[in-house]
Amino acid sequence: MDIKAYITLSLVLFTIGIIGVLVRRNAIIIFLCVELMLNAVNLLLVAFSKMHALSPVAKASANFASDAQIFVFFIMVVAAAEVSVGLAIIVMMYRNVHTVDINFLNRLKN
Amino acid sequence: MNNTFNLVWLIPTLPLLGFLINGLGRKSLSKSASGLIGSAVVLGSFIISIMTFIQVKQGHTGVIHFFDFLRVSGLKVAFSFQIDQLSSLFLLIITGVGFLIHVYSTAYMHDEEGKDFAKYFAYLNLFVFSMLLLVMGGNFLILFVGWEGVGLCSYLLIGYWYENNNYTDAAKKAFVMNRIGDLGFLLALFWLISKTGSMEYSQVLNAASLAKLTTFDITGITLLMFVGATGKSAQIPLFTWLPDAMAGPTPVSALIHAATMVTAGIYLIARSNILFSSALITQQVITIIGLATAFLAASIALKQNDIKKILAYSTVSQLGFMFLALGTGNYVAAVFHVLTHAFFKALMFLGSGSVIHAMGGEQDIRNMGGLHKHMKVTSITFLIGCLAISGIPGFSGFFSKDEILAGAFGYNTIIYGVALFTALMTAFYMFRLYIITFTGKFRGTHDQEHHLHESPAAMTIPLIILAILSIIGGYIGIPEVLGGHHELAHYLSPIIPTAHHSLSHQTELMLMGLSTALVLGAITFAWIRFRNFKAEQSNGGLSSFLENKWYVDECYEWIIVRPIKKASSLFQHILENRIIDGSVNGVGKLVNYGSRQLRWLQSGQVGAYVLLMVLGMLLLFVIQFFVS
Repeated sequence: MDIKAYITLSLVLFTIGIIGVLVRRNAIIIFLCVELMLNAVNLLLVAFSKMHALSPVAKASANFASDAQIFVFFIMVVAAAEVSVGLAIIVMMYRNVHTVDINFLNRLKN
Repeated sequence: MNNTFNLVWLIPTLPLLGFLINGLGRKSLSKSASGLIGSAVVLGSFIISIMTFIQVKQGHTGVIHFFDFLRVSGLKVAFSFQIDQLSSLFLLIITGVGFLIHVYSTAYMHDEEGKDFAKYFAYLNLFVFSMLLLVMGGNFLILFVGWEGVGLCSYLLIGYWYENNNYTDAAKKAFVMNRIGDLGFLLALFWLISKTGSMEYSQVLNAASLAKLTTFDITGITLLMFVGATGKSAQIPLFTWLPDAMAGPTPVSALIHAATMVTAGIYLIARSNILFSSALITQQVITIIGLATAFLAASIALKQNDIKKILAYSTVSQLGFMFLALGTGNYVAAVFHVLTHAFFKALMFLGSGSVIHAMGGEQDIRNMGGLHKHMKVTSITFLIGCLAISGIPGFSGFFSKDEILAGAFGYNTIIYGVALFTALMTAFYMFRLYIITFTGKFRGTHDQEHHLHESPAAMTIPLIILAILSIIGGYIGIPEVLGGHHELAHYLSPIIPTAHHSLSHQTELMLMGLSTALVLGAITFAWIRFRNFKAEQSNGGLSSFLENKWYVDECYEWIIVRPIKKASSLFQHILENRIIDGSVNGVGKLVNYGSRQLRWLQSGQVGAYVLLMVLGMLLLFVIQFFVS
């Protein structure tokens, strides 16, 4: 498949993520949008890796072509851990202020 | 180190010890203990000074080196004492007269509280220490240390009764005026170091080092030194502090402002006479300043009514005489007059202290009178002092003053005329003081008259000793024309080359006869004028001009103080308030304003932060693609 399709898809996903973070006020939605941005980048990484693997330089090496694929798995694992921390923060926030609206968290004192 | 002088280090150390004991233990020492310590240490110094003097008289002189005071790239200044004819003579004056004044003070200051009493003796001992350092130092730097030390003690003692604002003002005035002079002296020292590379007397004050200096250097150095001397020794234009310095206790006036400290300038010039002898312009300046000061101060003294002020102006006038002698190259006469003046002026100050003590603090002679019947010892000793300062033959002042006058005659007849006239004024105002104070009827209040009494023995005995010295002090310098040998000139000849007399014996005798006859005339005139003294009004014109001290203080006020105050307030309002404060406050305001504006960026809205972050990223992209 053409690399341009992947780039377009990931650009669309990333833009949706940015706009979501900018316009939404619900912390959980924002969190989802952040994840969306992360995965847009992940997708791009995999796509470029696949494209790169077809080049003659990569073919000369035994495991060069699969490096980025493995990276992406690592990133997904770390992202899973990060999600658990992020959700925990949101739960704590809800317990303290009884809302998940981020505009409510606009002051440092009190 | 010379074995002969192995006790010399004790001379200044003893008073320093006394200062430390009295100063540190002032709250626990009893009055008699601190008086005893204060006097005993000076007595100890006096005894060692006599021993030293005897050694020097036998021909042992030397420089005693203790340690290196300062060592900076090529310049080495030793902490050393120079014991020779000149310094040993000054040692005797300082410790001898100093001891008598310490003893006198134990009685005079008896009404003070215990800790103030000890403080007084601590200061007095510190003064003696500094003064000894000044005359014993083997180089100009040690002299300068002592020079500053005596200035400090003078300040402390003038302002001893510090509750009184006028007194502390007088102290400050003395200090500031001295500082002006000290600056001149300091510049002279720097000049000397830069040209000769040394400050040791033994290396600087000789012909070899003189050869390194041009006439311009010598004139400059000596003039600057003289500026220092005018400050310390109260000459025009820096003399006005001395009369104000009478705010201090009377024994202090006697010791510091008559007998010792004010002669420091004369010591300095006599010490470096080899420099001054080769600076003709400086000598002329010194002569004129000395003569002018002598005349001015004597004329002011004619109309003063405060007993101590009269003596103060008299001191300024006598110091002027000494500078006149120095200027005419008559160094021996100047030192001789320092010696005799120390005796009779200390005597008169202590006598006035005795009078003030008896009068319960009254200092105005118009309220005195007829004190002779009540205090015979004070009266007679004071009379001896008056006779000595007037220059009546047989008293010490005659010999020294006559020598100065003879030197002036040999120098210039006009200068001699003015000096002689000043000497007549001296006799007149001293006897005006004596007659108004001690003869006639008592003019004070009834209480004061009831309280009149002779002072205790601790006060009268120093008076008697000083009176005897005032009589016989002159006999060490009987001129050849009267069949003497002038012992003092011979004694000082290794330091001060003897001036060759150009006057014939007849002229000299004639001058003596003339001055004696005129002085007797002046005394008679004073007797006729003030025999039936009544407190008179000042009758305008010249006499109010003299009474107001030639308006010198007012002139200084107008010429120096006011413009400086004006300029200061100008600087305060424009430079300080507008420019400096403005820029400092402006920076503060700018930061404050900037922060207020930047504050809006920190809204606390998470969305805003994210927006900014995205915009930043976009900016980076734009830069990446289009700029580089």
